[in-house]
Amino acid sequence: MKPPAFAYHDPQTVEEACQLMSTLDNARLLAGGQSMMPMLNMRFVMPDHLVDLGRVSALSAIEERPGALRIGAMTRQRDLEYSPLVRARCPLLADAIQWVGHRQTRNRGTIGGSLCQLDPSAELPSVCAALDATLTVQSARGTRTLAFADFPAGYMTPSIEPDELLTHVELPDWPAGHGHGFVEFARRHGDYAVVLAAALLAVDAAGRITRASVTLGGIGPAPVRVGAVEQALVGQVASATLFRGATEACRSIEAMEDVHAPASYRQQLAVVMSRRALEAALASIGSPASSTGAAAH
Amino acid sequence: MTQKMAITLDVNGTGHEIRVEPRKTLCDALRADCGLTGTNVGCEHGVCGACTVLMDGVPVRSCLMFAVQAQGKALRTVEGLSTGGKLHALQQAFTDNHALQCGFCTSGFLMLAAGTLEQQPDIDDESLREVLSSNLCRCTGYQNILRAVRQVRDAGKAGAR
Repeated sequence: MKPPAFAYHDPQTVEEACQLMSTLDNARLLAGGQSMMPMLNMRFVMPDHLVDLGRVSALSAIEERPGALRIGAMTRQRDLEYSPLVRARCPLLADAIQWVGHRQTRNRGTIGGSLCQLDPSAELPSVCAALDATLTVQSARGTRTLAFADFPAGYMTPSIEPDELLTHVELPDWPAGHGHGFVEFARRHGDYAVVLAAALLAVDAAGRITRASVTLGGIGPAPVRVGAVEQALVGQVASATLFRGATEACRSIEAMEDVHAPASYRQQLAVVMSRRALEAALASIGSPASSTGAAAH
Repeated sequence: MTQKMAITLDVNGTGHEIRVEPRKTLCDALRADCGLTGTNVGCEHGVCGACTVLMDGVPVRSCLMFAVQAQGKALRTVEGLSTGGKLHALQQAFTDNHALQCGFCTSGFLMLAAGTLEQQPDIDDESLREVLSSNLCRCTGYQNILRAVRQVRDAGKAGAR
């Protein structure tokens, strides 16, 4: 249970980090370490070089951009949790962050680390899927941006090259007063979810849904946007009955099966969690972020 | 074996000049190189919380970071809680409420509770329960641990060191 030997690098700038990643063989990036350190301790990963981003201060910032919130990849989950800007501009993220690990792990864990780890049951990738986030990655070869929908290449595999690093993520605004809900079912609070759901709703003055986003985590190899549910909601007047009918579509999503739960159990959870997320979203319309979904544990 | 690095760890206000391999975790460096064995090493993969210490005032799991990453940070361990032979209010409350049996998890719980009460002296019962749920006690002393921490919170003694 001790990490393997490696050469340690602690660059101060993104450019230095990119330079290191472009020249070193078998190098891995270290962000907050809350998943990487267990993997090193258990020797699931054996890098020859570890490039620690902990001293690259330019990667830790929460900034307002026109139409979006821009978050540096090394921003600690704790800083997201306590940010008034996140609560005001991106309440879904404020809801979700309460579910990420525990206080000690949020003090170290980063948004970029979680996104690149890309665990299908993790909260932050599903938030990015729900919001149609845009990611920016950089290498010595240049910079590119990609939609979150194109980010997962497979189970726990982001579509970024070994010499690239995620620098920041942009979370597009939803209209002021929109509804947001985040719920999950886990065996214990702080564990990875068996199934989680994120929902966003915008409604007009008559209560008619003008825009909907429904995302499930923990069911497929990457977060799943449930287009069938979204389409069934738009144009309808929001209500518990509407949600109950629409979320039945989640039962036919192809689901993972593992030691924690069979596929049919996850499909059942997908129906229930997406309904609860929508109900929480509807209840939150017009009010700022609150912790939702406490019923799930 | 890789080249050792010379670093200084600031633990409980004292500088420890040590030489460690970069792969040495903070908890191992605290115990083996600084001689501070109050911090326990449990699961070594961030599940049990026994190795919790305070870094720049907030609780972190010292098995989930390397000693070289803690350079320039203010660390606090269980050895720093008592002052002048007098137990910290939390230590006294743990004793009074039988909040430990074997004691292996205790230093981690104490540092978690100390960091939490310093940040949120008026934390409510439900949040406290959630915070403490991050650490494992296999003697199942959870209720007594909760009781001890609540007692200190209610007495407003968290800052008294």
